[in-house]
Amino acid sequence: MTKNLRVKSSKFVDETYKISFKFNGKTYYGFKGDTLASALLANDVHLVARSFKYHRPRGIMTAGSEEPNAIVQLHNNTSRTEPNVRATEIEIYEGLEASSQNCWPSVNFDIGGINNFLSSLLPAGFYYKTFMWPASFWEKYEYFIRKSAGLGKSPTEPDPDIYDHKYIHCDVLVIGSGISGIMSAKTAAKNGLKTLLVDENSYLGGSTIYQNSEHFKINNQTSSSWLEKEINEIKKLENLEIKTRTSVAAYHGYNFILARENLTDHLPLDQRKNKIRQRLLKIRAKKVITATGSLERPLIFDNNDRPGILLSSALKKYANLFGVACGEKNVLFTNNDSVYETAISLHQKGINIEAIIDNREEIDSKLIKEAEKNNIKIYKGYTVVNTNGFKRINNISIMQLSKDGQKVVGSKKNINCDCLGVSGGWTPAVHLFTQSGGKLKFRDEDQVFIPNMHPSDQVSIGSCNGDFTLDEIFLTVPKILKDFLNIKKTEYENFEVQSSFNKSKRNIWLLPSDKVIGKTKSFVDYQNDATAKDIKLALREGFRSIEHVKRYTTTGMGTDQGKLGNMHALGIISETTSSKMGELGTTTFRPPYTPLTFGTIVGRNVGEYFDIFRKTPIHDWHVENKAEFENVGQWKRAWYYPKDGETMHEAVQRESKAARDSAGILDASTLGKIDIQGTDASEFLNRVYTNAWSKLAIGKCRYGLMLNEDGMVYDDGVTTRLDDNHYLMTTTTGGAATVLGKLEDYLQTEWPELDVYLTSVTDHYATVSVCGPNSKKIVSQVISDLDFSDEKFPHMSFKNAKIGKIKCRVMRISFTGEQSYEINVQSNYGKSVWEKCMEVGKEFDITPYGTETMHLLRAEKGFIIVGQDTDATMTPIDLQMDWIVSKKKYDFIGKRSLYRSDTIKEDRKQLVGLITEDPKEVLEEGAQIVTDINKSPVEMLGHVTSSYYSPNLNKSIALGVVKGGKKMMGQKLIIPMPNKKINVVVADPVFLDKENERLNA
Amino acid sequence: MFVINCPYCGEREQSEFKAGGEAHIVRPKQPTELSDDQWAEYLFMRKNIKGVQFERWVHTHGCRKWFNVVRDTSNDLIKAVYKMGEKPPTK
Ligand SMILES: [Zn+2]
Repeated sequence: MTKNLRVKSSKFVDETYKISFKFNGKTYYGFKGDTLASALLANDVHLVARSFKYHRPRGIMTAGSEEPNAIVQLHNNTSRTEPNVRATEIEIYEGLEASSQNCWPSVNFDIGGINNFLSSLLPAGFYYKTFMWPASFWEKYEYFIRKSAGLGKSPTEPDPDIYDHKYIHCDVLVIGSGISGIMSAKTAAKNGLKTLLVDENSYLGGSTIYQNSEHFKINNQTSSSWLEKEINEIKKLENLEIKTRTSVAAYHGYNFILARENLTDHLPLDQRKNKIRQRLLKIRAKKVITATGSLERPLIFDNNDRPGILLSSALKKYANLFGVACGEKNVLFTNNDSVYETAISLHQKGINIEAIIDNREEIDSKLIKEAEKNNIKIYKGYTVVNTNGFKRINNISIMQLSKDGQKVVGSKKNINCDCLGVSGGWTPAVHLFTQSGGKLKFRDEDQVFIPNMHPSDQVSIGSCNGDFTLDEIFLTVPKILKDFLNIKKTEYENFEVQSSFNKSKRNIWLLPSDKVIGKTKSFVDYQNDATAKDIKLALREGFRSIEHVKRYTTTGMGTDQGKLGNMHALGIISETTSSKMGELGTTTFRPPYTPLTFGTIVGRNVGEYFDIFRKTPIHDWHVENKAEFENVGQWKRAWYYPKDGETMHEAVQRESKAARDSAGILDASTLGKIDIQGTDASEFLNRVYTNAWSKLAIGKCRYGLMLNEDGMVYDDGVTTRLDDNHYLMTTTTGGAATVLGKLEDYLQTEWPELDVYLTSVTDHYATVSVCGPNSKKIVSQVISDLDFSDEKFPHMSFKNAKIGKIKCRVMRISFTGEQSYEINVQSNYGKSVWEKCMEVGKEFDITPYGTETMHLLRAEKGFIIVGQDTDATMTPIDLQMDWIVSKKKYDFIGKRSLYRSDTIKEDRKQLVGLITEDPKEVLEEGAQIVTDINKSPVEMLGHVTSSYYSPNLNKSIALGVVKGGKKMMGQKLIIPMPNKKINVVVADPVFLDKENERLNA
Repeated sequence: MFVINCPYCGEREQSEFKAGGEAHIVRPKQPTELSDDQWAEYLFMRKNIKGVQFERWVHTHGCRKWFNVVRDTSNDLIKAVYKMGEKPPTK
């Protein structure tokens, strides 16, 4: 039998609209407007979770996004399952299914609960202390830790929902729609500013909208009815956009704000189809008004975490907003006036208040008087020292506080209750303010951090600025708005405001107990089970910085980032170490304010839209001809073309052989192409390449190596002199963008006097490369009016030509060591030129080959691939490419670095060829190279950078970098593998055709 | 994510730009005349100030121009933006 604790109808909940939902498999009912938490409480369900470390029973603690305990798993075992959803935020809908996390087999009977009884064995830093040694055991520990750790389960299937991103630019962004936020939004919009108002709740008005009390009046109307009228007015303002269910996740510099707009999570499942679930708003606001309000503080005493213990403000919200009583025998416990407001609200609704325990001894205010008038027993100068009840609080013990508040005195009294509302005062919600780079200051009177300095154009107003009461708000908000928005007046001047709140407070961070601290469990961080005892232990062990204490005890490191307890942790540290609160600093609140789903973060960038990719103009042909593709930078490049079920190895062997025996064809369109023009173009090339360029004749091509200023190889490629002041540079596929960037950098910043213009033309041309002994026969048929004789068109030269009416540039250059022609045509003709070559080449069995074969062919020739055979530590000398480094040139990028003390060392890693003793054995790329395997530690000489089985040489070949390798020709080295050692001999990196006879064959 | 006022294009999102390290480090005109230490000074030594720093930025996804930025690294506030070759602001 479940009880019904719905006490009074509320206008925020639609009692004609009944909703059924399941929690832990059991069906309950609530109403439209309920959150999961309010609906559970109406059914008298408090126990909803087990704590993270001790698996203690936990209940709903708050009524908002700061909730540490009531985090649940939604939609178990479906692709929509979502962990760590706060029951206090999720609105119920027909079909909602939620369950408790961190418990097994059930929240009522949880095996992990044994940790609670072992808690003396699980002190702060337990994991650090226990599982670190011996290090080799970590793998075993990890399995158990991972099994017992973690909150909730992540989905195992792709998220079926649609997410979206949207940019918004506005003059003023107002965060939070409490009374201060509403006043701000109205003022900004009415002054002609394009304004956006966001609030995480489904309704506007914050806590004032349900503050229905004679004690709080604005111009003689109750505060809630006054605010309701304001809200109705602002809804009509044209300049104002209002977004509810929109939670600001991050406040970055320059008023860049990320917010999650929740569009369908409150709808019945069948109404969500094809709708965007959540939208990430990327807001750039000229000015930001932060009106995020404040969070009530709990109080820290022994066993302060039992189900049935809630914040006093939560009791009030559940009663006023949802018409729900959290218990039948309520006790309130406070150090300030705010519980009296709760008491009066509850009393008005007929909810029984057993007693109020107040830390303060001498207190007097209108609110207290009214409570007393209603015969509520008040224990002044008392504190709660313990609570009882395993799965629900049933009893508390109270004692009198000593004058200085350090001890408890007198005898213990017990009070029976099923709900305890606590209030330790209020903490301004400065999380977003600090995320923006804002610095806080500490206000001693009421022990709060409030906004101080901030870098962007923003202001904090209302209770997040430490102005908690209605009269303070009407005093400060109009003033701040006038100043911030640069306006003469607001409509809120000279209001008559009645606020009975007395601000006196007796702040004791850790309440004294009749027990020694070691015997208490006074929770500071509920989600991570960090207690006051843990913090004191950390301090005893020498931790001082708040950031270290936080990590050691895990205080504030849960999904709620310790929104409730961080101030108490600071307070306890300051009291224990006798340091000043303001001087300790605070921990950093990091985005997101509340967790975001990955779906929201990625938005539409999923599946094929995850990353952009580039296709060559010939791409469709490769697809039609069943090429496998490889990603090179953003390019999709044809990797190999398997025929009749060939493996990759078989295909590459066939392609490689065909290219050398007859003819091969490669799509080289992805190579970076930079058009260089200007009267200083030659001088520019002299400065950026290691070799000399001034004497290169028009129509000739030259290979160039580009270094970084530190002397390390950066890029390579062939550059052609098209005309006197006109070159076409090619770069590696992956390096195209960075090379252009680097060249532009030098031109603009170091050599602005040079007359040189750079244009990226990579996408403008398609490049078809035909190689092999029959290549000339093929291209001369494709381009019939060009003289292909070796005399007229030798290796390393270039011709302008035409294929029919299509202009093309033909370069006779080779990356394979074969005679080879590259035809460059305007992109849109690329595919037809390719097809023409295929057609003409048929009689020579022309074979398309991909990047893998290209790599194999160049390795046979010992040509390097920058980025594969080099990393950022290889000079041209290390690569045995001394021949390309000009001795005559006075300077080029990186020249001076080639004779630094480090780069001239003879035992640097140098590029060599490696021949395996067994010609069938193909080395693994990346394998380590050693000489003496018995030496301890084994000296690592280098590693294998490229390795293939060469079908043209009928043996395995490899390139590698080896310390001092240049002087090791013929020497035996060892490649140690998991199950064997492979013997290799250091060789010349050029394996095939050292005399370059094939280029002119 | 800050907003940078490109001297050629105006205010744009930071994501359009790339940072290029400390500004006003001039490549030596005669590198071969320098000792290893002098060359290393140019090559490797860079300041990393908490506070006001002079930096190079390039408008990569825009006009592709390099320029200088005076930025307070402690709060990302940009104090000044000026073109290559121009004198840094003194205040
Ligand atoms: Zn620009």
